[in-house]
Amino acid sequence: MGPVSRMQDNFARFFDGDIWHSFRTSPVTVVATVLAVVMIVAAIIAPLITPQDPFDPASLDLMDAFTGPVWGADGVWRFPLGTDDQGRDLYSAILYGSRISIGVGFASVLLSIVIGVTLGLIAGYVGGTTDAVIMRIADVQISFPALLVALLLNGVLRALLPGSSQETLALVVIIFSIGMSIWPQFARTVRGSTMVEKSKEYVQAARVIGLSSRAIMFRHVLPNVMGPVLVIGTINLAIAVLLEATLSFLGVGVPPTEPSLGTLIRIGQDFLFSGEWWIVIFPGIFLALLVLSVNLLGDWLRDALNPKLR
Amino acid sequence: MTDALLKVDNLVRHFDVSPPWLNRVIERRPKSVVKAVDGIGFEIGRGETFSLVGESGCGKSTVARLVVGLYNPTAGTLEFDGIDISSGAARARNRGAQRRMQMIFQDPYASLNPRWRVTDIVAEPIRFNKLVSGDAAIRVRVGELLEQVGLSAADGEKYPHEFSGGQRQRVSIARALAGSPEFLVCDEPTSALDVSVQAQILNLMKKLQRELGLTYLFISHDLAVVYHVSTKVGVMYLGRLVEWGETEVIFNAPRHPYTRMLLDAIPDLDMSGRARTPVAGEVPSPIDPPSGCAFHPRCPLATDRCRSEAPKPVSVGAAMVACHAVEENRLPEWHG
Repeated sequence: MGPVSRMQDNFARFFDGDIWHSFRTSPVTVVATVLAVVMIVAAIIAPLITPQDPFDPASLDLMDAFTGPVWGADGVWRFPLGTDDQGRDLYSAILYGSRISIGVGFASVLLSIVIGVTLGLIAGYVGGTTDAVIMRIADVQISFPALLVALLLNGVLRALLPGSSQETLALVVIIFSIGMSIWPQFARTVRGSTMVEKSKEYVQAARVIGLSSRAIMFRHVLPNVMGPVLVIGTINLAIAVLLEATLSFLGVGVPPTEPSLGTLIRIGQDFLFSGEWWIVIFPGIFLALLVLSVNLLGDWLRDALNPKLR
Repeated sequence: MTDALLKVDNLVRHFDVSPPWLNRVIERRPKSVVKAVDGIGFEIGRGETFSLVGESGCGKSTVARLVVGLYNPTAGTLEFDGIDISSGAARARNRGAQRRMQMIFQDPYASLNPRWRVTDIVAEPIRFNKLVSGDAAIRVRVGELLEQVGLSAADGEKYPHEFSGGQRQRVSIARALAGSPEFLVCDEPTSALDVSVQAQILNLMKKLQRELGLTYLFISHDLAVVYHVSTKVGVMYLGRLVEWGETEVIFNAPRHPYTRMLLDAIPDLDMSGRARTPVAGEVPSPIDPPSGCAFHPRCPLATDRCRSEAPKPVSVGAAMVACHAVEENRLPEWHG
């Protein structure tokens, strides 16, 4: 069998399988998935489907500021969801902003998976003092709210960086801060599953063959503990997006010239009571729908991959 | 015995099962240690099958794991073909010895990585030891191995969950053979299988032994299986060998009361009419083994000496027995 037919084989098995069936029979999940996919795709292809580049100051005109949505008294079709105080088209700003939010979300979850899975694998497989040290660090960190850890890291990193690089490295700093604040969840889960797998005979067989601990951990144990990681990863994607929005809302996130969803909401809330409600409402709805649909997807994944709940 | 492949001398393995330090201090509980293997010694000659039998928890699986290096001995020596493998460090120095032994496990459902194809599982020892180079050549070798254990070369494309228990055990054997070992440690290889499949696997193992000149250390609680496969048998009780010798001698003229008790409990079709004696009592805890001879609470021949003094193994006929009653010649006749 060649690699292509192997792949077809795997596809066929997937569409035959329980997971696909459980997906099809859960309308909420289907809707959530469609919604999430549409939002993520729209974010990726944002430059193709928006009239304006909201990150380019030259394309903004202050004279357009505070235009209402198209169905309002002063609405124009050029700005379907209205504009903010800088004259940014909100529809474009939301899609461009969600690019940052989703990008930061994925990158920070990926970072925390790499850190958490590696440390969890080592803790669970090696055990003893190594395990105790890693898990106590994780415990200490988990006892602080993730937002607090992210804020702290963010502040420290910004203080350490020279002023000139702060703007350019802002995204890296925020990804690092969020990634470092959610890794203990992955470490804990992976440690638990690793301890279960470690006692199984296929791991002992690999030890008798003479494989190094590292080879056993990454080639044998890792593929068998990644199932739960997928679930927590999905749920944490929603959390990371929210964290990024919160940090930006608090003004410590991405620079205001390149607003993410959180930044838009922060800008908008200044004008909420002066009647320009759309600046805060539309980014807020987009953020809520994004987080909700990713969360629903994660919930379904958790149930679908848990044989005890079938 | 002239040509011993494996020499085990005074092998000891204790496990610390104490409660955590804080609990010990607060609740004033003592340290506790399981004496899983408590000083056993035997030799396995080249081409032989040495079986260890005993009830659950007597330490026979621990011996298997000590031999292949999954555990390190607390004390005692292990020598493989004259090479010292008593400690992890010695094993690491003599990688060649480790390469010459393999293990077959009890549970065919846990001993194969569920995410790997059979080809990759069987090829692992070949790749690790670089026995064959080139993907095509490895594939051919894996196909040969699969056919040698009674599967087809095409089965390599499948995942373990597509096989039955007996077939999985065949895959396990193929993986063990892939490293071209001389010595196989089999930890209850058939006890998770149906009786009909057991016979197939045992016959396969005997066939492979003939063809490849393998030496087996065979762990089992099933006396019928042991009688079928072994040239020598050792009977273990609470971490010690109580009687060991040629299979025929142990089965036809058992001396130790425990061996007799085990043999009495075997259901036998010819034995119609005679009431079988059940094995009386439970195995005592290896954390707190009885004083003297560990078997004395269950032994019909126990005396005060048995309660206070541990018997030393003595050579009786063609077997070694550790029993005061045998030594003192007050053993009743075996009904045979």
